Amino acid sequence: MAVSVESRNLVSAPDGGSREELVVNVGPSHPSTHGVGRVIVHLDGDIVVKAEPVIGYLHRGIEKMAENRTYLQVVPLTDRLDYVGSMYANWAYCRAVERLAGIAVPERAEYLRVIVCELQRIASHMMGIGASAADTGAFTFFIYAFDQRERIIELFERLCGARLTYNYVRPGGVSFDAPQGWTQDVLAFTKAFRAAAADLDRLFFGNVIARGRMKGIGVLSADDAVAWGASGPTARASGVNWDLRKHDPYSVYPRMDFDVVVGERGDAYDRGRCRLLECVESCRIIDQAISQMHPGPVRTEGLPRLLQPRPGEAYDHIESARGSLGVYLVSDGSVRPYRMHVRSPAFCNLALLPLLAEGHTLSDLVVVLGSLDPVFGEVDR
Amino acid sequence: MTPDEMAALLERITAHNPRLHPLFSLEFGDAVVGVERAELFATAADLRDAGFDRLGMVTAVDRDEVFVLVYRLHSRSLSAAIFLKTLVPRDDAWVASLVELWPAALWQEREVFDLFGIHFEGHPDLRRILLPDDFVGHPLRKDYDDPRLIRRPDYI
Repeated sequence: MAVSVESRNLVSAPDGGSREELVVNVGPSHPSTHGVGRVIVHLDGDIVVKAEPVIGYLHRGIEKMAENRTYLQVVPLTDRLDYVGSMYANWAYCRAVERLAGIAVPERAEYLRVIVCELQRIASHMMGIGASAADTGAFTFFIYAFDQRERIIELFERLCGARLTYNYVRPGGVSFDAPQGWTQDVLAFTKAFRAAAADLDRLFFGNVIARGRMKGIGVLSADDAVAWGASGPTARASGVNWDLRKHDPYSVYPRMDFDVVVGERGDAYDRGRCRLLECVESCRIIDQAISQMHPGPVRTEGLPRLLQPRPGEAYDHIESARGSLGVYLVSDGSVRPYRMHVRSPAFCNLALLPLLAEGHTLSDLVVVLGSLDPVFGEVDR
Repeated sequence: MTPDEMAALLERITAHNPRLHPLFSLEFGDAVVGVERAELFATAADLRDAGFDRLGMVTAVDRDEVFVLVYRLHSRSLSAAIFLKTLVPRDDAWVASLVELWPAALWQEREVFDLFGIHFEGHPDLRRILLPDDFVGHPLRKDYDDPRLIRRPDYI
């Protein structure tokens, strides 16, 4: 991480004297390999007085670009929002389009969407906690976590031919049915992952150094989590029991039996561990979805390539790996969206950084940032 | 939420608050209420006290002579969500900031300011957030033009 000293300022101290405040520029580079972000940190000694995230380095104007493309052409754009969880943005966007245009989705497609999104949750969380572990020096854990992620990426590659930007969920269904033997391999993965998750838990969250680095760091209260609009594991680690899969159920989630993982202390440790435990719940959902799934069509037949929904607006959201991912679509009756807005959970969670980092050391700032698991593609859009 | 539940919720919210009026149809499954711009802050405060403890989304839509400000409020205790909308004239684009009620508005209002050029009165730190500070114009306005923008052919 590139760190440079910007300035040294003398500021008045509460006791009437003055102290030196050091302004340090962190980035723009890959802080915790989540994307290009930058933080301007005001330090008193080693203690963060003020941390100011500077974002927008990955702003591509995706909301503007969507206004100039047909409804189907926007799907690949949504891949580029959260590029470690592309399936989510695909799905959230398609749900909004389906609501707007009144498209029904075959049951098998809904099951496939649930399976890929739960696999994606595991892959994304492995990336998130792996990268934040690497920041704290636990590089072995990073490699172990990435090993698990790689297996999921290979499953996705067999399913739709892509490893990162899938363009898999489409309005009215999904692009491909599962290839032969795919579901068996997914079941084999979830079985192996359960064992691996116990190892990962012991290896990192049971490690005395990792506990020392993460416990009590960046504590977020439940009230703050709600007021700041935090969602996903960031809010749940603070004891906010809020998961759209459970509390605003969509697709076939009402048929699934799973628990919402809720933390107690709301510190960096709880946020990280909530993510790992959520992965095990995702395995439960995947197993149930595969056993409930029947053969059938995966796309609605007879959909025109140029969708032309009636004028109106629709909002739909799903529980992504980072939290409530919503898409707000406005149609004026033409073949292109009049306006698309992405309610990005990473953006809302990252706004908490100044609040959480204050009073900690500069080295803890990296832990706090990693524990929020921002993906800058989705923050900047 | 079923349409009936939503209609009941809308009635309950609007009955106690003369400032609010149901705005649009419920055909797309969301409850929408509108409010005059001058009364936005007071109404939002009422709604927060009524249990809408989360501000989920702040955004805007350019409708030529007006901007439509869209807020999505959410309540865990009522397990309900509503859209709050207000109209802002294009040539006098300001609206009260809701940061005092929900700090979640801090960055989201900055984003709307950045991309639409709508001023939020009372916002403690209203600066551009996604675009560079020296950027000229507000790209999500429909009249924004840039020679680098490539027009796609019209399909219909």
